[in-house]
Amino acid sequence: MTAPAVARDARVRRFALTDSLFHALTRAAAILVLLLLGGVAVSLFLGAWPALSHFGPAFLVTESWNPVREKFGALAPIYGTLVTSAIAILIAVPIGIGIAIFLTELCPRPLRRPIGMAVELLAGIPSIIYGIWGLFVFAPFMQTVVQPFVIGLFHDVPGLSALFAGPPYGIGILTSGLILAIMVLPFISSITRDVFDTVPAMLKESAYGIGCTTWEVTRRVVIPYTRVGIMGGVMLGLGRALGETMAVTFVIGNAHRIHASLFAPGTTISASIANEFTEAVGDLYTSSLVALGLILFVITFLILAAARLMLLRTGHKAGA
Amino acid sequence: MMGLCVAAALIGLAWLALILGALLWNGLSGLVPAVFTHMTPPPGEAGGLLNAIAGSVVMTVIAVIVGTPIGILAGTYMAEYGRFSRLTIVVRFINDILLSAPSIIVGLFVYVLMVKPMGHFSAVAGSVALAILVIPVVVRTTEDMLNLVPNALREAGTAIGAPRWVVIRSVAYRAALSSIITGVLLAVARISGETAPLLFTALNNQFWSVDLNAPIASLPVTIFQFALSPYAEWQQLAWTGALIITFAVLLLSIVARALTVRREDR
Amino acid sequence: MMTFIRPTALAAAAAVALSIATAAAGNAADISGAGSTFIYPVFAKWADTYKKETGIGLNYQSIGSGGGIKQVIAKTVTFGATDKPLSDEDLGKNGLVQFPMVMGGIVPIVNVEGIKPGELVLDGKTLAEIYLGDITSWDDDAIKALNPGLNLPSLAIAVVHRSDGSGTTFNFTDYLSKVSADWKDKVGSDTAVEWPVGVGAKGSEGVANMVMQTAGGIGYDEYAYAAQNNLSYARMENAAGKIVEPSLETFGAAAANADWQGATNFHVIITNQPGDNSWPIAASTWVLIHKAPEDAVAAGDALKFFDWAYKNGKDAAKGLDYVSIPDNVVGLIEATWSDIKADGKPVYTVGQ
Repeated sequence: MTAPAVARDARVRRFALTDSLFHALTRAAAILVLLLLGGVAVSLFLGAWPALSHFGPAFLVTESWNPVREKFGALAPIYGTLVTSAIAILIAVPIGIGIAIFLTELCPRPLRRPIGMAVELLAGIPSIIYGIWGLFVFAPFMQTVVQPFVIGLFHDVPGLSALFAGPPYGIGILTSGLILAIMVLPFISSITRDVFDTVPAMLKESAYGIGCTTWEVTRRVVIPYTRVGIMGGVMLGLGRALGETMAVTFVIGNAHRIHASLFAPGTTISASIANEFTEAVGDLYTSSLVALGLILFVITFLILAAARLMLLRTGHKAGA
Repeated sequence: MMGLCVAAALIGLAWLALILGALLWNGLSGLVPAVFTHMTPPPGEAGGLLNAIAGSVVMTVIAVIVGTPIGILAGTYMAEYGRFSRLTIVVRFINDILLSAPSIIVGLFVYVLMVKPMGHFSAVAGSVALAILVIPVVVRTTEDMLNLVPNALREAGTAIGAPRWVVIRSVAYRAALSSIITGVLLAVARISGETAPLLFTALNNQFWSVDLNAPIASLPVTIFQFALSPYAEWQQLAWTGALIITFAVLLLSIVARALTVRREDR
Repeated sequence: MMTFIRPTALAAAAAVALSIATAAAGNAADISGAGSTFIYPVFAKWADTYKKETGIGLNYQSIGSGGGIKQVIAKTVTFGATDKPLSDEDLGKNGLVQFPMVMGGIVPIVNVEGIKPGELVLDGKTLAEIYLGDITSWDDDAIKALNPGLNLPSLAIAVVHRSDGSGTTFNFTDYLSKVSADWKDKVGSDTAVEWPVGVGAKGSEGVANMVMQTAGGIGYDEYAYAAQNNLSYARMENAAGKIVEPSLETFGAAAANADWQGATNFHVIITNQPGDNSWPIAASTWVLIHKAPEDAVAAGDALKFFDWAYKNGKDAAKGLDYVSIPDNVVGLIEATWSDIKADGKPVYTVGQ
């Protein structure tokens, strides 16, 4: 073999070695991400075990949360978590989709980016800021203006009067749901806008071509085409709403009770943890709070899994 | 119907204006130079937020230094070597869950992992908690952006005999550079406002400290403690701190997005 | 790649330089403590003065009493502070000693139109019935009987309590348990309880805001908070049947009348204490420290700081509306410090 050939062989071998090293390195990093989540899950489970083994499945369906007698049940926080998130989604979805339609179909082109960006900036505001704002600015507004009005409006409508029963405290389930709605709005609007952009121009143009209005195109073409993608965005927003801690902690009232009225104080899983963890004395109390964390983890896991699967399905449908 | 869509956009903008307005209203009057030159004061005295700002900067920088390479490497694996492997599907799924996991849970995890074995609270533990929050954001953007790099570029690199890692390094990374930086900036925006994971890891510090092995102050935890205190000076500092942190984060988001625009225009 | 790596490398170098710089500066180890939020402002004030005088910092963080107990047991801090004293059993099990550090008062705050601060009088039984939901209107006969001169409106009472776990809640519910068998039976006392009625508000600030904004509201807050913000408080009838104003004197009287001598481990909750001048809902915060500390120097530094605070911190405490521990009780406390030993020697001797 000639000398240059040997040198080339060595170089190729060296390249191959570096390449497999780099390959291994990136793979290790990917596995590390897996391990981190696994670690979080395992430490949660270990922390929650004393409470879970002590209370058994009853933990999930008990409303009482009594630190004095060390009897704990997760029903009220689970209820509060689901209801506040549902309110947030019910409000944020129509507004978020409306914003996405506005941005893709109506907005003058030069304004699109600034307006889209401004809405997405809502996602960048730290959640503690939402909490402070909620407590000092928004809750008083709810208490003095919105709630008395709504209570007066519905006080003799059967059903609604129970749903909006006083007294107007300002904080509570509804206020938390509204703040969560603001927080998840940018997630929903930006994902919806992204999936709207995947609608082939030809589809829309054909619809316009046969004389459809903008609303009809949106309603009959864009939304059906992207339905699954929108659902995925909604689910991601829901995941965020379920786990949100600091903002809700300030305005929920932390009452472990299930009440028919949306104006009543309640609690959510993450708010209970944040409100009580630092002052909790006793192993069972602490463990019960960690067990709440574990339940939240499982709920979030399921919802995100559903969201991911739905987004995957749009991916296939769009042929991407 | 379309009028409602305009209304929706106006509602979104109104919320932003309301929140920023409240921050400016309450925080601006306290925004004096002393905020950046003095330590957090004891109650009843004037002071600043210097140690808290410094602590936040130190922990954020470390979290980014630790979290970014891991995130970029994992994202690289998912977009390049393992684009079609099963591991990638699992990691992508898990990563999205980490992305939305309640941050207080990450704080508890790092408490068990680091604070307890080390025997004391430390800036390092706080940084690790923040790094765990950085990773998923960077993984996500890196993977997305590398996937957007046209395969033709990679093939051209391979055709001239470059090994794969050289192609990734000199072709794919270069093409996706600005977007990856965007991802890092978004991650910084995400962690700079985090309170919950720092409570049980970095704790806080009343005095100046950048010792990585000791408890360290941070802006969000300071805001949290001062906002609910009885003393007027502390409450004012909390609002001013909230103003600083929000505008810093918003500025970062805008820079990140401006970088993305440049890429799209090219 | 190079263009990409440069900023990161720079930042890394900066961070390393930073940590080396601080390591070289080698500050004298700060005293570390964590726990009660109630005591936090006082510790912050003392720490600031102490650092100026001695160069030794105190890093005390208000992570909550429960957190303080957990952290001192886990030895992540040198001392913990708690608003709820530990039982003898818990102290023994974890090798801890406890002693009171500072005291304060808790006051009911009310928002009834036409009633000025300090005009309303309540007693323990009535307060318990309000918080149990048995008394629901301000013109209830029980409240009228206590306030013959006041024109009380027929207004619903809106009960407000803390939503977060809190030492303030512990002392308040402890008082209600002492004066009402019904309360003790149905609710009991802890840092968080299962409230029969009312709405929870976050922190002292939250409770104050909620009461101020709700017509007919009643809540409870630390006196320091109420005093700094001029809240409308109520007077209370104490255990001796006398009506007292909340003030540093009446809190001090409660502390002075408490039986510290006869209690083991200073386990005295100073609510509902005897004495004509005692405020009924007084509260104290205890410090927890290891009896056989691993780090004798740190424990010694901490005790030295407490000694300094007992002797030199009175004015600072008063300025923040807290009551310092009476001198005779300080004597009792410091006498117990000789038990805190490392290698058979006390870590700190008073009067060094």
